Amino acid sequence: MADARERIVKRVARELRDGDYVNLGIGIPTLVGNHIPPGIEITLHSENGLLGIGPYPTKDQIDADLINAGKETVTELPGSSIVSSVESFAMVRGGHLDLTVLGALQVDEAGNLANWMIPGKMVKGMGGAMDLVGGAKRVIVAMEHATKKGGHKLVKTCSLPLTGVKVVTMIVTEMAVIDVTPAGFHLRELAEDTTLERIKEATGAELIVDETLGTFG
Amino acid sequence: MNKVLPDAAAAVRLIPDGATIMMGGFGLCGIPEVLIAALHEQGTKQLTAISNNAGVDDFGLGILLRSRQVTKMIATYVGENKEFERQFLDGEIEVELVPQGTFAERLRAGGAGIGGFFTPTGYGTVVSEGKETRTIDGRGHVFERPLHADFSFVKASKGDRLGNLIYHRTAQNFNPMMAAAAAITIAEVEELVEPGEIDADHVVTPGIYVQHLIVGAHYEKRIERVVVQDG
Repeated sequence: MADARERIVKRVARELRDGDYVNLGIGIPTLVGNHIPPGIEITLHSENGLLGIGPYPTKDQIDADLINAGKETVTELPGSSIVSSVESFAMVRGGHLDLTVLGALQVDEAGNLANWMIPGKMVKGMGGAMDLVGGAKRVIVAMEHATKKGGHKLVKTCSLPLTGVKVVTMIVTEMAVIDVTPAGFHLRELAEDTTLERIKEATGAELIVDETLGTFG
Repeated sequence: MNKVLPDAAAAVRLIPDGATIMMGGFGLCGIPEVLIAALHEQGTKQLTAISNNAGVDDFGLGILLRSRQVTKMIATYVGENKEFERQFLDGEIEVELVPQGTFAERLRAGGAGIGGFFTPTGYGTVVSEGKETRTIDGRGHVFERPLHADFSFVKASKGDRLGNLIYHRTAQNFNPMMAAAAAITIAEVEELVEPGEIDADHVVTPGIYVQHLIVGAHYEKRIERVVVQDG
């Protein structure tokens, strides 16, 4: 589903605004950094204390002491800063990040998010996810619309253990762009190659369809 | 005053069985790899480890887990380590998982003499179960307690005999808070410098938080995920 991921990432990138401070989660969200629109300057935050993540290093630039939260080697941009973990999470919790983008196992129509634990399987830990979803001004979930087996990930009520309560503001999948509103899932855009019927089928909760439904893709 | 000990073996001789030890680092970045190796060599047992991660199978904290020297861990993310996973699933090790920002702030509280704090992180999740909660400015908060330890192992790039420390890039992470939060902090540094060589404006961890210091003889600084750009 490389095309699906590409489409998700490009659509999320259109949500970036000049001057935004942004944290991108591991996986699909990290790829958003490759599609920053021209003329827009954003600062990427990493939980381990780097504000101003640059591109991956060349072989000569590799520094074991400079990694991102996914433990990958990175570089720092001119004007970046490096702080301790307590300061890094003061930025997160204190509402200083404009946006965080992360994946999900389930999102429900109240904006509850489950993305860290499946009971009965190995529990790896929540890392910084609980702080990020509670602290950032906007929380965008970037994920494939359904599970590999076709199961619902957009649901009426999350059945998996929660990462955060009423935290998600927007969901971008390969099929749809959905705002999470007090009234529930509000469908703003659908992908060019899908239909409203197919989206409804792939969604486990009611959809409020926007009067001026747009397309993307 | 000279806080410098001859080597890591001399430093870990201070650690008894059953000790609670904080260890700095994020993944394998900025971990006190020399002190961990010496503690492994010494074979000290029944340890409680407070660390963001659990190392990998054969490096960092992972080597203490493999030799069953750790019976309890307080951490935020413990993937990347198969032996840890096995011990966890078999109930051989006790684990407390903490959201990372809460973990950092609990360490800070421990070092700063704060009896705990209310945070919105984890409210309404399993993290808030059994804890005091309070609504502040209309938002649910969870009460979190400070973290303390008998010892901290911290890793710095440079230090002086007074214990002043400075870190390199993201190897800083949890090290400064851990230095303050333990009764006895042992710092390992890559380079020992004269007092004054680290400008007072640039000292990150002041010597008051550091009781002992060693110079690491050799650093492997293993990287978990080497990612390079094309060309």
